[in-house]
Amino acid sequence: MGKMNIAILQFPGTNCEYDTKYAFEKLGASVSIIWHQDKLLEQNIDLVVIPGGFSYGDYLRSGSIARFAPIMKAVSTYAHNGGKVLGICNGFQVLVESNLLPGALKRNENLHFISKHHYLKVENNDNSFLQKTNKNDILNIPIAHADGNYYVDDQGLKSLQDNNQILLSYCDKDGNALNPNGSVNSIAGICNKNKNIFGLMPHPERALEEILGSKDGIKMLEGFLKI
Amino acid sequence: MKATVNISLKSGVLDSQGKAVHHALDSLNYKGINDVRVGKQIILDIDASSKKEAKKNIKKMCEDLLANTVIEDYTIEID
Repeated sequence: MGKMNIAILQFPGTNCEYDTKYAFEKLGASVSIIWHQDKLLEQNIDLVVIPGGFSYGDYLRSGSIARFAPIMKAVSTYAHNGGKVLGICNGFQVLVESNLLPGALKRNENLHFISKHHYLKVENNDNSFLQKTNKNDILNIPIAHADGNYYVDDQGLKSLQDNNQILLSYCDKDGNALNPNGSVNSIAGICNKNKNIFGLMPHPERALEEILGSKDGIKMLEGFLKI
Repeated sequence: MKATVNISLKSGVLDSQGKAVHHALDSLNYKGINDVRVGKQIILDIDASSKKEAKKNIKKMCEDLLANTVIEDYTIEID
């Protein structure tokens, strides 16, 4: 079986594309970085990643302008045809602004940019992203965001819960809810109903080495690789 | 034609900035303030044959880009 092919998008202001490339290459994938002005994705792509950063300087709202970049039309078609898409941090913001995922990401409740390691609880693992983790696993993954306060109305929250779309929630090291940014139900990551579009605020690509604090990101990203 | 779009978080959505400003005003001893909401204002200079047409166009812009209607409300004023 050939290597898995991953396309990582790059907008003006994106800054996690090379970390993300490094992470997936370390896990054995073949990675290309795709400029936002490109109009097409290659035919053989197995996963599109929208990485972290500050696309278009976070002007207007985080992710709101990236949504209209030429490449996003191709990503949207790819996703609607069942292609897998992962949005990390700013990538998650782009996915909610694009209506590819429900809800919105507001300014953190305490109005601060929060950058630190945080524990996350696996809420649902019946999806390709978290299939290598167990339900209720506690993972240690860095977060770094100002607009990570996930909002969804009551009806939307119920729909996420009913369809096992909540992927991860913020917690302390024992798994008790601990909410750094004000997110509804401490939500850190979600997926769509069809479970092919994934978004999360934490950065699994920054958790690959024990010596740098944690390697819990590996079993998350590994879920996408064909084994 | 000059148009002003005011955007703020919906009333049911917690406005952390508004809350922080409210606390700050309170600590400066400004009393009797019931609520503070912080929003943003976008001023547009656009070509349109009538105010009605301008408003229609701007409403579409708000839905498409200027506001995130999941969490924000907007109003349009045309001079």
